[in-house]
Amino acid sequence: MTALLEHLESVRSAGRKIFVPYLMAGVPDRDTFTALLACEEADAIEVGLPFSDPLMDGPVIAAAGERAIADGIGPLDAIDLVGAAPKGGPLRLAMTYYNPIHRLGEEEFCRRLADAGISGLIVPDLPVEESDSLMEHAGTHGLAWVPLVAPTSSAERVKKIAATATGFVYAVSTMGVTGVRESLSERSSRVVEACRVATDLPVLVGIGVSTPEQAFEAASTADGVVIGSATVKRAMEEGRAAVETFFKEIRAALG
Amino acid sequence: MIPKVDKLGRYGEFGGRYVPEALMGALGELETAWTDAWAEGGFRTELNDLLAAVVGRPTPLYDAKRLSERVGARVLLKREDLAHSGAHKINNTVGQVLLAKRMGKTRIIAETGAGQHGVATATAAAYFGLPCVVFMGAVDVERQHLNVVRMELLGAQVIPVTAGSSTLKDAVNEALRDWVTNVEDTHYVLGSVVGPHPYPEIVASLQEVIGEEARRQCLQMIGELPDEVVACVGGGSNAIGLFRGFYDDDEVRLVGIEAGGEGGGGPHGASITKGTPGVLHGARSLLLQDDDGLIAHAHSISAGLDYPGVGPEHAALAHSGRATYESATDAEALDAFGVLAETEGIIPALEPAHAIAYLLRSKPKGNILLGLSGRGDKDVETVAAALLRAKQ
Ligand SMILES: Cc1ncc(COP(=O)(O)O)c(C=O)c1O
Repeated sequence: MTALLEHLESVRSAGRKIFVPYLMAGVPDRDTFTALLACEEADAIEVGLPFSDPLMDGPVIAAAGERAIADGIGPLDAIDLVGAAPKGGPLRLAMTYYNPIHRLGEEEFCRRLADAGISGLIVPDLPVEESDSLMEHAGTHGLAWVPLVAPTSSAERVKKIAATATGFVYAVSTMGVTGVRESLSERSSRVVEACRVATDLPVLVGIGVSTPEQAFEAASTADGVVIGSATVKRAMEEGRAAVETFFKEIRAALG
Repeated sequence: MIPKVDKLGRYGEFGGRYVPEALMGALGELETAWTDAWAEGGFRTELNDLLAAVVGRPTPLYDAKRLSERVGARVLLKREDLAHSGAHKINNTVGQVLLAKRMGKTRIIAETGAGQHGVATATAAAYFGLPCVVFMGAVDVERQHLNVVRMELLGAQVIPVTAGSSTLKDAVNEALRDWVTNVEDTHYVLGSVVGPHPYPEIVASLQEVIGEEARRQCLQMIGELPDEVVACVGGGSNAIGLFRGFYDDDEVRLVGIEAGGEGGGGPHGASITKGTPGVLHGARSLLLQDDDGLIAHAHSISAGLDYPGVGPEHAALAHSGRATYESATDAEALDAFGVLAETEGIIPALEPAHAIAYLLRSKPKGNILLGLSGRGDKDVETVAAALLRAKQ
């Protein structure tokens, strides 16, 4: 069992919901990012590695990635930044598009993630058909594999995808890119149910969960939530204190 | 070796389908719909009727006598500039919108660089009475303004994209984002032989008509096959369409011309001659990137070649040696633009002007077939400004 899964299972069996905020590496600046990695409310933190062409991301996270790159933080610098942060605090997992992995080599990329103390990997543009070899390298380096399931995934695909998970299953709540939304998609609970049929692993809802109310609602069926744009927006526009307050609000809503 | 697409959408080691899970269903649906339609006589007949009535096919093969004198070889131009709306792009858009209709889609989206694909998509959408949204990099909105006006006149909504380099690459990203969001009722008409499987194969199949016609016309006109076939390569659709007509003719050299941009060590769009393997816009191919795997900003004076990637079939052709690739710079293309206008009375688009530039520079021997992919009305302002700068 991966360290990430073991930890999430312990949260689950304690009767708590899992909270995974998303941070863009180095945003709004290196020090603030590093400080936020230590936040106590999170059960794990998803760290976005900046990429030039973030297909899955809406305007907020895309702009954050552009800012990081403008500050000289590429995907490999981002890994180093996480590696240089004080140890302890929530487990960290990396979210990266595939090309930086392809460029460096799958094996070497996984090794670097593990060396930086990172516990899991999410690659949103690598479908299950293309992920065999990367999953293997991830496994060798103790990285949990976190695949995404979409509202349009057939039952057959959900089964195939869920079977690859070694951390949790990321249930995409809505069609579209990351972003802050007015309301939680009514599809959210259906995706979670589809995942439940296919796996006993924790299922977290992400993409389009933006408020404490939405987090509460999503967690009524799921084991927890991933919150990206709403976190990054506060980091970019308001700074550390606002992000920490937001984390407390989410934690309170999730119980 | 001729690259043939396999079940996973690969041409040798290139191609594939690297997209978010949310698009996998739609790509599977598109693949099935396309395979069925393409195998079916009814679709092909309807398409061929449209290519004749709407596009004006076959386009002429033109004996460029005065240009031939300048080059020192016989040059035949395949006149895609005379296709309706001014470029080869319409061969693809008419076919894809016809397919979208069959699939019951009610909204059309597209990306565009030079604006030619946007205009061609807007034209096809207007013909079929479907609403159309075109994503275009803000830099391109500026430099291809004429085409923005044309798209709007044709009833399309043009959305400027300001992310990244604000050019074609970023317009593709934005179109893909729209598609993920609206995939149920929307068909994304991709404009070149790029993107996730089955797009490269769909676009190449719809552009094959260029090579089929050109081969036949060439045999009719000169009684033999050309010695060399030359076309410009952005994403690579006009070149693939032309090349596919000659894959089995081993003695015919296939030459693709990429954007050399500023030349020297400056920025360019030459992803085959100077790129490395990587994954962009859903396919593994050759592309311009840095050591971290961030995609580089391409540069070309022609918006249609200003793209850091290339279709996987070209990467496979280059790999196998069946086709060779060279580049021409902005300055060479500008010069060639003027030469074709003066010698033949044809104002070409800046994209195929790169192919003309290659002829003027390398002076190949024998009979040369050149894909004149589009006309240059859209580029007149860019060229005037460049000439003015050169004078100062
Ligand atoms: C006239 C013309 N030629 C060539 C191209 C390049 O595209 P491709 O390489 O797909 O033919 C464009 C693209 O906009 C174009 O407008």
